[in-house]
Amino acid sequence: MDKGLSLRNVTIRKNGAPLLSVSHDIAPGEVLTVMGPSGVGKSTLLAFITGTLAPDFQATGAVWLDGQDITNAAPHQRRVGILFQDDLLFPHLSVGANLAFGLQPGGSRPERAAKIAEALDEVGLSGFEDRDPATLSGGQKARVALMRMLLSEPCGLLLDEPFSRLDAALRAQVRDMVFDRARARQLPVLMVTHDADDAQAAGGVIVTLVG
Amino acid sequence: MNRRRFLPVLPILTLLAMLGPVVAGLWGTLLPAFGHLPAAGLTGPSLDPFRDLFDWAGLPRAMLLSISTGLLATGISLAIVMLITAGWSGTKPFRALERLLSPLLSVPHAAAAFGLAFLIAPSGWVSRLLSPVVTGWDRPPDLLIVQDTWGLTMTAGLIVKEVPFLLLITLAALGQADAQRSVVISQALGYGRLTGWLKTVFPRVYAQIRPPIYVVLAYSMSVVDVAVILGPNTPPSLSVQIIKWMSDPDLAMRLEGAAGALLQLGLVIGALIFWRLCEHAMARLGQRWIASGARGRFDPVVAQGALAAGAICALTVLFGLVVLTIWSFAGFWGFPDALPDAFTWRNWMRFGPGTLEALGETALIAVTVALAALILTIGCLEAEYRFGLSFSARAVWLLYLPLLIPQTAFLPGLQTFMLSLGADVGRVPVMLAHLVFVLPYVFLSLADPFRAWDTRMGTIAAALRASPNGVLWRVRLPMLLRPILTALAVGLAVSVGQYLPTLLIGGGRVETLTTEAVALASGGDRRAIGVYGLMQTGAALVPFALALLIPALVWRNRKGLRHG
Repeated sequence: MDKGLSLRNVTIRKNGAPLLSVSHDIAPGEVLTVMGPSGVGKSTLLAFITGTLAPDFQATGAVWLDGQDITNAAPHQRRVGILFQDDLLFPHLSVGANLAFGLQPGGSRPERAAKIAEALDEVGLSGFEDRDPATLSGGQKARVALMRMLLSEPCGLLLDEPFSRLDAALRAQVRDMVFDRARARQLPVLMVTHDADDAQAAGGVIVTLVG
Repeated sequence: MNRRRFLPVLPILTLLAMLGPVVAGLWGTLLPAFGHLPAAGLTGPSLDPFRDLFDWAGLPRAMLLSISTGLLATGISLAIVMLITAGWSGTKPFRALERLLSPLLSVPHAAAAFGLAFLIAPSGWVSRLLSPVVTGWDRPPDLLIVQDTWGLTMTAGLIVKEVPFLLLITLAALGQADAQRSVVISQALGYGRLTGWLKTVFPRVYAQIRPPIYVVLAYSMSVVDVAVILGPNTPPSLSVQIIKWMSDPDLAMRLEGAAGALLQLGLVIGALIFWRLCEHAMARLGQRWIASGARGRFDPVVAQGALAAGAICALTVLFGLVVLTIWSFAGFWGFPDALPDAFTWRNWMRFGPGTLEALGETALIAVTVALAALILTIGCLEAEYRFGLSFSARAVWLLYLPLLIPQTAFLPGLQTFMLSLGADVGRVPVMLAHLVFVLPYVFLSLADPFRAWDTRMGTIAAALRASPNGVLWRVRLPMLLRPILTALAVGLAVSVGQYLPTLLIGGGRVETLTTEAVALASGGDRRAIGVYGLMQTGAALVPFALALLIPALVWRNRKGLRHG
């Protein structure tokens, strides 16, 4: 299989003691959900895939994305997008500048502005370019964070408990939006969560880690 | 780019910049102390320098002054700060005092010392305000208050400056000590706020602020500028005498000075060991006190007393600056008038040009040194982040080392060492000497906020395909603009306040506001001192104001950074 995200015999140890082992292929447009209680190392798995594993962890195995081994690539060259439970919009940049940060370089200034306006339009935030991200509601921030990530044209998507900070009403709405966008762009998605609802909604394979 | 190869070198370069001069200076002290000074045609080893030193009649008193000043200033300022924090942290008066003390931290020691002298001298402002109605004096009384034989005024001058320093250090440590909940629990168990704090929070906080306390002790024992202004003359404190020997035209006197410098180092090490032993004794007493279950009957009295002491410290520095200002504008001001007959610009016209020249030199040195320190610090912290290095608790002591070794112990040696290398004294060596003292403060100021930055921001930015340098320049540094400017202001203030490195390494030819102001001490021209003292304070204070103002302006539309 060429396209998609593959974890091949990935084992992560903490100071020598085995923490978790995963081996799985995620096809484009599909979701793999990794479940387990907190402290079991779910986020550590994502850190391994983004290339930001802390030094007290050791990992073996390989990560392949769209037919390329990215196990040892620099974090910024992996083309893996990630969303955390916090929106993590850059507080010093306006909403528009946050999106411009994500948008791939190239294109004239008006073209880039148009792409950003289009992205905001797509999630119902037209005209929000100059807003301070700190003044947005939780749901609005989540939507900006999603679009910022998608504008960087990732080849795979990681979700680190992305909906757990949102209240019940917003949660389903944002969740559907994320999964719809991922499916539309044929992205392989790896989600870690401890929430059974989120796992159900993802509609894909569920792997449960035990501590 | 070459940055990848450049960055890992920075921590080593930083250590070298900080510790290299210390080691060279100690070496340059050790040789002449044992009679080896080829520049003066002397070769050792011999014990003559020590014999001369011990023959000096003033030595016992000079040693005693060093010890008593250090222990008293450190003990009293620590007690004031701990009791204020224990009795008042989290309350309105505490926040008021905190707000009052924070800007005072950057007031240079020399300016604060002049202010104190102008307040409490027999012809000082306090005496003028009380005379003749309360005191009946129509002439300044013949009392030795400033430069008293026992160094009590010098000790007081150190206390008013160390209280703000220790309070700020304590506040930083409190954030990590989970203090509030411990106090609530102990209050629920029937303990007074102050006793509850001392029994539960104090041990944790003390463990964290121990290094800066040791710095205060070493500094107070060997301070020179404050001692020149407020300390006794016959004999002066050991450190002042060392500087006298070192600036004697007779090169042979340097041997005695070097021997004195080693003695000063020994005294500081001895005092630190003594302090450590006292910590153990206090810990044992404290455990007994905790086991006794005493709830703190006298808490309100002690707390009131501590708050009053803290307020006195703050007001002393504040009114010291006020009286400096009055003198700088004073026409004729006879005793016992509360205010001068007239206010005039004449003093500023007369001394202004001189201060501007000194300000230029001060600013050139301070800006260069503070920027260098900031770049090295950011480089170290970024290298730590990128390469996953971590500094152990032991390595942190390396940062404090240049601050723990008395300036008088290694700066004279550094000067001698540089002479023996044939390196000329002057501005660049002065900058390197300043860097030794500026680097630790800049590092300590920036390290916590830099490390507290949410590294997931870096992960996100990298996932958005920003390179490591891109993350640093486009995300991390802009987000940390406020702590970075604060660290820069700290560096500037430390450099502005440096007296001894400027004097010794500059060979008396580099004239900054601080060296000029301290040089005025012996002349006693209060108007000149007022002008220079204010300029010195301004040079240290304005950067702090800018460090608050600039981020507020730049990020005026960014709510998420307003309290960061």
